[in-house]
Amino acid sequence: MTATEQTEPAGTDPVKRRREARRAAAARARRTGAPLRHRIITLSLLCVAALYFLVPVYWLGVSSTKSSADLFGTFGLWFSDPQPLDHLRDLVTYDDGIYLRWFANSLLYAGVGAAVATVLSAAAGYALAKYQFRGREAVFNIVLAGVLIPGTALALPLYLLFSEVGMANTYWAVLVPSVVSPFGVYLCRIYAAASVPDSLLEAARIDGAGEGKIFRVLALRLMSPALVTVFLFQFVHIWNNFFLPLVMLSDSKLYPITLGLSSWQGYADRQPVLYQLTVGGAFVSVLPLMVLMVVLQRYWRTGLTEGSLKS
Amino acid sequence: MAPARTPTRTRTRTRQRSRQRVTAPRNRAAAGFLLPFCLLFLACFIAPIGYALYQSMLKVERTGALGLGSETQVFAGLSNYTHALEDDRFVAGFGRVLLFGAVQVPVMILLATVLALLLESASARGVVFFRAAFFLPYGVPGVIASILWGFLYVPGISPLVDVLHGAGWEVDFLSDGTLLWSIANIVLWQFTGYNMLVLISQLKAVPGDLYEAARIDGANAWQVAWRIKLPLMRPALVLTTVFSIIGTLQLFSEPLVLRPLTGNVDTGYTPNLHAYDEAFKSNNYHGAAAEAVLLALVACVLSFGFLRLVGRSGKGDDR
Repeated sequence: MTATEQTEPAGTDPVKRRREARRAAAARARRTGAPLRHRIITLSLLCVAALYFLVPVYWLGVSSTKSSADLFGTFGLWFSDPQPLDHLRDLVTYDDGIYLRWFANSLLYAGVGAAVATVLSAAAGYALAKYQFRGREAVFNIVLAGVLIPGTALALPLYLLFSEVGMANTYWAVLVPSVVSPFGVYLCRIYAAASVPDSLLEAARIDGAGEGKIFRVLALRLMSPALVTVFLFQFVHIWNNFFLPLVMLSDSKLYPITLGLSSWQGYADRQPVLYQLTVGGAFVSVLPLMVLMVVLQRYWRTGLTEGSLKS
Repeated sequence: MAPARTPTRTRTRTRQRSRQRVTAPRNRAAAGFLLPFCLLFLACFIAPIGYALYQSMLKVERTGALGLGSETQVFAGLSNYTHALEDDRFVAGFGRVLLFGAVQVPVMILLATVLALLLESASARGVVFFRAAFFLPYGVPGVIASILWGFLYVPGISPLVDVLHGAGWEVDFLSDGTLLWSIANIVLWQFTGYNMLVLISQLKAVPGDLYEAARIDGANAWQVAWRIKLPLMRPALVLTTVFSIIGTLQLFSEPLVLRPLTGNVDTGYTPNLHAYDEAFKSNNYHGAAAEAVLLALVACVLSFGFLRLVGRSGKGDDR
């Protein structure tokens, strides 16, 4: 009896028991979680941080319903005679609806720029990942160095260059530099290397598919999660960009929304209604992007962890 | 001997030939995929650097009495560079952003790390809400964030100043001494959540068994965070730190937007602002080009450090 009792646990059970203990501990952790004291401390720290990040946005929302006079005259964190619809009408009709034009410009720059950047990055990243040729690493390293060059250091000489060829102060002046995304190439290369199997490419080649078709039909589909990421990054990058349009554009009809709002803010001390318009315009302009960010959170990748993707 | 050698030689030759037959169209395809990007990269990254180098070596010389005659560009050697480096304001701007970076970047990375660890700890609740709340400000463009915080700094409009005044604390967010840290706060507010998300994605790539095993072996939450999670986050920490440093060097829109609100943002508050004013207020494009090159050079030194750091740690990502 004693012998069997001893041999049984010594034989199969230690592994099984440890596994069961682990499972039980995991279940307990899920059920009761950490000690109550820890939970309270964690929750209060998270709440303080959330206040810090959310209060300015809340202030912007409240203030967008106020007139310029109320902005200065009433307490900032509560409503006072809110007239959101009237203010929205003021916003979109001011100066022949220039605000809507800026909004459309931003959409054009960011939408078209990010779409083209994604296609270019996908093709280049795929080529760098899946083809062997001389100078491949050199090309990749130069592109990688491009990630680390400050965009503002490039904008000034780019302006000088574009004015030489008469491209400054046009839509192209903002669009053309926006379609180049070294980071996108970097991400696409890493993702293609991890997610497009060589054996699949070989099989497609044996079946007689051309290189272009393989890229369009197979590679793009397999790389699609990374492409969403590249598009998002570039969209936000272009939407938020300020220095490049500031340097390139002098015609306010070509302004993106960031540049337009900052020009309103600059004039506000001479024309007080612009305080109201700047605050309201800022609120309206950040709404769509904030929704986009929160909804698509899981697509924000950095390339750091893409190598372990398959596991 | 000879007959034995010939077949192998011909065999290798045919193999080489067949490899050439295969690789030629593939190389053409690879070139086709790479070319559009490379051409635009050349136009928008390489050419401006070359053009800036060229322009920075020139200067405008005016002929005629009182310099009212025609203007000609002449070779200036490195005089634009020495001029920039002798400009106290430009150099002071560099000192200012370096001080800014030395304080703001560690604070931001530390805060992002703490928030990431808190959200990934077993005692966190409402993780989805908090993660979204922290990340939200990244969707606010830098200019808009600066306009927003600008209103929150100006006495009369700011509820912040009101509340602090009510508590008997008089703060001037826009004074000479506080302005730099008020700007640091804008950057902190905007980018902490983004950096946190990068760190979290690194943490999530680690199999959960590892944490579970450590906990069963008797490690408490603090030890798991300090001994296991923090070392695993190293690559993400390096990445976020270096991108933050490069972002700091480019500091521009925040001081520009705050300039109408305070008299403390002078020309050359940051190197970028100085270069911008040099180009568009003084119309000295050659001087501005030299300053842009100097800015890129400093960033290059830092990038080099980054590549070495990355080279030393996780090389496993790119197979």
